[in-house]
Amino acid sequence: MEGFKVIKSGIFDTIQDLGRFGFQRYGMPVSGAMDSYALRIGNRLLGNKENEAGIEISSPGLSLEVLSGTVIGITGADFNPTINNSPAPIWEALEVKKGDNISFNQIKSGCRSYLLVAGGIDVPNMLGSKSTYTRGKIGGLKGRPLNKYDIINIGNPNQKLPDIIGRKVPSINIPNYHEENEIRIILGPQDDYFTKEGFRVFLNYFYEITVNSDRMGYRLKGPKIESKNSSDIITDGIPLGSIQVPQDGMPIVMLADRQTTGGYAKIATVISVDIDKLAQMKSGNKIKFTQANLKEAQRLLQEREKNITDLQFEKKETTELKSSNARIFKVKIEEKIYKVEIKEI
Amino acid sequence: MYPKTRYLLAGDRAIVLEFGNEISKEVNLLVRKLYYSISKKNIEGIEEMVPTYCSLIVYYNPQRVKYSVLTKKIKELENSITEITLPTACVTEIPTLYGGEYGPDLKFVAQHSKLSIKEVIKIHTEKECFIYMLGFLPGFVYLGGMSDKINTPRLEKPRLEVLEGSVGIAGKQTGIYPIGSPGGWQIIGRTPIKLYDPQKKFPFLLKSGDYIKFYPINKEQFKEIEKKIDEENYNCKVKPYGRV
Repeated sequence: MEGFKVIKSGIFDTIQDLGRFGFQRYGMPVSGAMDSYALRIGNRLLGNKENEAGIEISSPGLSLEVLSGTVIGITGADFNPTINNSPAPIWEALEVKKGDNISFNQIKSGCRSYLLVAGGIDVPNMLGSKSTYTRGKIGGLKGRPLNKYDIINIGNPNQKLPDIIGRKVPSINIPNYHEENEIRIILGPQDDYFTKEGFRVFLNYFYEITVNSDRMGYRLKGPKIESKNSSDIITDGIPLGSIQVPQDGMPIVMLADRQTTGGYAKIATVISVDIDKLAQMKSGNKIKFTQANLKEAQRLLQEREKNITDLQFEKKETTELKSSNARIFKVKIEEKIYKVEIKEI
Repeated sequence: MYPKTRYLLAGDRAIVLEFGNEISKEVNLLVRKLYYSISKKNIEGIEEMVPTYCSLIVYYNPQRVKYSVLTKKIKELENSITEITLPTACVTEIPTLYGGEYGPDLKFVAQHSKLSIKEVIKIHTEKECFIYMLGFLPGFVYLGGMSDKINTPRLEKPRLEVLEGSVGIAGKQTGIYPIGSPGGWQIIGRTPIKLYDPQKKFPFLLKSGDYIKFYPINKEQFKEIEKKIDEENYNCKVKPYGRV
């Protein structure tokens, strides 16, 4: 089913699910949503499987025309989205009708916004994933970012649309995005390549995200991290969130589209629960690394997974559509709330 | 080779098992044996593994397997690693058009090695190259076994775009670009073979532990093979390793 038409594309909008696993040994990067939390919650909100594909929007600019009425959810960064020029709330299931316009306008907070749709984005599964990896020309729309005039197909919803409309993510489950963050790390795998002074610097100063940062990794700048001899290693595997330090001493955090293997020593690895926080930071933002241990990191991960599993959505009933010519409003008069139905005569 | 395998933490969802700190077939054999042994065992919670030159990275889901349980199971397998026999390796033949516009740096490699162009091609095609690992780009093979006689440093200024299929030399390494990419290798030729084809259900031609062997072709043969590949009517010659 045709879901959307791209009226205007942003700089780099791609279709992403949770990633392409199982082929890293052939050199195939994992890719997937940079902020997997936002994608998962958005999918659950709409009754989709957590790993369903949505659109990752990495800067304001995208404007879509709705081709089939459905329910959407916008999660992650707040790009002041609008539906037909009226502000659209984020982290909420919103009904859209054929002909509606959805636009992402300016950055209010965060770095990546996700547009999810009931039934998900319908593109072929390539090696078990719909994620776009542009360098390998695979996934999404012919392995490339969205362009003007693209038609994006959508799947069949798993739940009845009226049941989904008005669902909201409770505010406690909505992250706040900051311009400065503490990011927790576990040392290794090549921490023995660095000097004591190198560690002291790495864990005590702020590092700024530079403009040379993308889905592959964030290049940071700050005080130089000193290595013992050389920071070249014999090429080995690169996990998500690993922090490479080349000879110049400036760390690079490896993210979703990272290459599967590389030859720079990795001083540390960002813990899983802090990856999404990092993915919502942009150039100019500052990071302070703090040390965690394995036990703590895995406990935090377990807690987060439990929070996601236990998540109960709220249901909003303010502007529920009853029939084509009746609307129900909640009206507050002198602290009392009334339900008012307005019908066209 | 280390007397004892190192278990290195790589965050909260991966461990690196390091067997040594050198590029050698012996160390790499241990990596692939353990990789093979773990894959056969189907250990609960392991999501993916990537064998590299001298280490194996194991990605796992800590919700499904505890770190202590996982490392214990891997150590057990490591103890019986000598009993593992790997499947027979194979050799894939890679037709390559050397020189001219397809290999703009062939002349330089010949000059640098004080050899004739013919000799460079002969040396580049006479021996099988071992596939230590794949990585860096989809389908990119890290090869060993190129003769030191044609060892040539990288370009001083990398090219902005090296075409897909380009065959190059960087120091003592030789390799093939699976997709177009910026690069600093000395380009000596090009193969019409696709090491990575995203249009295919399984896009990768090669795997670690096998071998490739380059052989020279002319422009007509190149065009012919290219046409057959487009028609999905071409398979590389593959034979078991060690047999002529």
